[in-house]
Amino acid sequence: MRPLLSVTELKVHFPVRHGLVRAVDNVSLEVGSAETVGLVGESGCGKTTLGKAILRLVKPTAGSIRLAGTEIADMSRALLRPLRREMQMIFQDPQASLNPRQTVASIIEEPMIVHNIGTRTERREKVAWLMAKVGMRPDASGRYPHEFSGGQRQRIGIARALALNPKLIVCDEPVSALDVSVRAQVINLLEDLKREFELSYLFISHDLSVVEHVSDRIAVMYLGRIVETAEGSSLWKRPLHPYTQALISAVPVPDPTAVSRRVVLQGDLPSPLNPPTGCRFHTRCPYATELCRQSEPQLRRVDAAHQMACHYLPDERHTN
Amino acid sequence: MQGLKEFLRRFVRNWPAVGGFALLMIVLVMALAAPALYPGSPWDLVAQPFLWPGADAQFRLGSDMMGRDLGAGLFHGARVSLLIGFVATLVAVLAGIAIGALAGYYGGWVDDVLMRLTEMFQTIPPFIFAIVLVAIFQPTVATIVLAIGAVSWPAVARLVRGEVMALRNREFVQACIAIGMNDARIIFRHILPNTLAPVIVTGSLMVATAILTEAGLAFLGLGDPNVMSWGTIIGAGRDVLRTAWYVTAIPGVAILLTVLGINLVGEGLNDALNPRLRQK
Amino acid sequence: MSARLLEVRDLRTHFFNRGTVAKAVDGVSFHVDAGEMLALVGESGCGKSVTAYSLLRLIADPPGKIVGGEILFEGHDLMKLSDDEMRRLRGDRIAMIFQDPMSSLNPVFTIGAQIAESVLVHRGGTKAAALSRAVELLDLVGIPDSRRRIDEYPHRLSGGMRQRAVIAMALACEPKLLIADEPTTALDVTIQAQVLALISELKQRLGMGVIMITHDLGVVAQHAQRVAVMYAGKIVEQAAVADLFSRPLHPYTKGLLASIPRQGASGGRLNEIPGMVPSLLAMPRGCSFAPRCPKAVDRCTHHVPSLADISPLHPVSCFVAQQEAKL
Repeated sequence: MRPLLSVTELKVHFPVRHGLVRAVDNVSLEVGSAETVGLVGESGCGKTTLGKAILRLVKPTAGSIRLAGTEIADMSRALLRPLRREMQMIFQDPQASLNPRQTVASIIEEPMIVHNIGTRTERREKVAWLMAKVGMRPDASGRYPHEFSGGQRQRIGIARALALNPKLIVCDEPVSALDVSVRAQVINLLEDLKREFELSYLFISHDLSVVEHVSDRIAVMYLGRIVETAEGSSLWKRPLHPYTQALISAVPVPDPTAVSRRVVLQGDLPSPLNPPTGCRFHTRCPYATELCRQSEPQLRRVDAAHQMACHYLPDERHTN
Repeated sequence: MQGLKEFLRRFVRNWPAVGGFALLMIVLVMALAAPALYPGSPWDLVAQPFLWPGADAQFRLGSDMMGRDLGAGLFHGARVSLLIGFVATLVAVLAGIAIGALAGYYGGWVDDVLMRLTEMFQTIPPFIFAIVLVAIFQPTVATIVLAIGAVSWPAVARLVRGEVMALRNREFVQACIAIGMNDARIIFRHILPNTLAPVIVTGSLMVATAILTEAGLAFLGLGDPNVMSWGTIIGAGRDVLRTAWYVTAIPGVAILLTVLGINLVGEGLNDALNPRLRQK
Repeated sequence: MSARLLEVRDLRTHFFNRGTVAKAVDGVSFHVDAGEMLALVGESGCGKSVTAYSLLRLIADPPGKIVGGEILFEGHDLMKLSDDEMRRLRGDRIAMIFQDPMSSLNPVFTIGAQIAESVLVHRGGTKAAALSRAVELLDLVGIPDSRRRIDEYPHRLSGGMRQRAVIAMALACEPKLLIADEPTTALDVTIQAQVLALISELKQRLGMGVIMITHDLGVVAQHAQRVAVMYAGKIVEQAAVADLFSRPLHPYTKGLLASIPRQGASGGRLNEIPGMVPSLLAMPRGCSFAPRCPKAVDRCTHHVPSLADISPLHPVSCFVAQQEAKL
């Protein structure tokens, strides 16, 4: 079956004064119908840029983005506009992503106005229905975003994204700005909506435990490249790439009895302006060899549902 | 609606702003009442020359060296000053918003071209530029308005450009693009309303400058010869400053109070629209 | 047993604005021993940061005011010190690190100059001595190439390195107590792991007491010895870390623990705590958690529960939990 979204060898480069930032560099990714793909990585790894490039909010430098078979990477903005009904975004900061001068109802209605959907009454009905779907009281419709808490605001953002009945929603850190107890409410809501509307999510987050909870498949990014992809649970149980291993072990487990098998990574993320030669992770990798410094490993299939980009399998590695 | 109420509440608590608003209202009433109180032309020679204020009950504010009623000049002059002040500012604000919004939203070469143009206008001293424009195009109310507008828009353009550039990168604008809005809708419905507060404040202060510029032009004899403005009276009174200083002083005080009123209102708007700044 | 390093009794910090009172911290008591890390956990607005700022008397007045309580540091009540004495204590015996390392570093001075300054202010001595102390401190917090780094400006350092520099600055005078307000929230996980490991290690090595303010229960579980859970300006439960995670008593603590996704248990619904944190200006009568509490009984909506030991060293402020323990 054809995947809903298929990204092939996508590059997003930003020219800056002293060179070129390779924010996304040769990334290939697929999201199937009604599937949630998680995208994890640390700040600056390019995950948000990748999400925005898929929605054409930033311009891809090269590569292909196919949405339900249609190539959109180099489509003009005008031609793209009707296709935007199929793909929507939920932003990290619900405060910043809502126009402070619009009421809740007008925020949720606007996508339908833009795409000429329904009459005014039909749209108003749909707004009320959407508000109920995301768990907001009807009397909230005339109020402004600043009158709500973070969790409520994120519900407004979700309702707006749903207004056009999209198939794909890119969720960019949708719960990172929320408190723990509210985070669970929003995650559950996203999962309920996914089931009800058969949505596909590209779920971008730095929080591994959240990504693992919601995702069918997870892709790990490091410095503009995907270093490992796997089914959610198998990535957690059997991480293959040294970076994934370090990332997972760095997450503080909310269980004081958990045995600490921490691989504390040395050093900082190198600048994407000037990524290391060879394997981009070799400067921080405890197992790096001469081969890693010289040649860049490609993503390779380890088993049916597991790919990674390291020259060595775990049992072939030796600590330096 | 709630925002408006909150704004009014903050504005009303600021007594200098309310005082300024009262001054401005007095001038506005003068302007509106002028045809009723002084039905004739302010240019008419109706009285004896050099009547001091209070000397004749019919001409309470006295008369000038030609015997024109200063009261009529003052009231009719208020019309001219306010009209030119507000219309010229409107012209400048509209031009500034258009240019600033285009430059800020599209960036790149559009921005470069428009900003170089803005800088070109800004390098010429505004008053001298206005004199040149009026001198070339013959002084009429319309050319004076356009001249003042032409020298004042760059400040608005720069302000709007800065605001638009900042808002352009805000997430809610990204959300608009993701929804599939066209640029016009994004600019007019989503970006510009959010730049309104600083533009209103700048615009209100520009009205004062415009009134001063008009008075200056009229003082130099570059006013519209068909209308009586405060600047015209001051210009005429210059020659008799030693013997009949009141001819200059009366419209001078009127300008002073009007400009003061506008500035107080502008400051009050600034405080009321930027509550965070006020707390500092 | 040695005297308590810090003992806070019934601390109350309120904010006054236009005739309203927000009781941001409302009767908080806890203690910290030397060489121990106490975690203050809670969601935004629960009063954990205000508590920390109150300990150093850094609450802006107006609108805030510490309206009651005692803060006993090494036996002396900080509330009774003069402003000048308090100033000398800050950065010397008690140090604090903040969430955003960039905002606690002055961008126009070098790292070395800033660390040396805090040495000079509290310890005096020559500038050269202070600078060599700065180098030592950078070594201590694991900033490589410290001799060269002291001449760098904050913007040249990465986020993790900046937070290390801030920690170095805080440690300049070997404080007895370190207050860390969400020190790793702005950092990436792998960098967070480095910084937390560093704080734990320094606590051990220097015998400091540490108050770790965080919303991350994972950080609590991995690094703290004791934990106080805050909700709406009050401590609702306090226990040793192992005890709290294995036997949470307060319904809020239970809800929080159940609402975090567990590793290797993908899928399934997360536990939700319904509703949201009440506004400090419109607190419910009775227990402030009652409107969201699945176990609330009639009494909870009328009376405010107080923190009472159920088992030794595990106080909880919940009528239902206290009742169940008695049975």
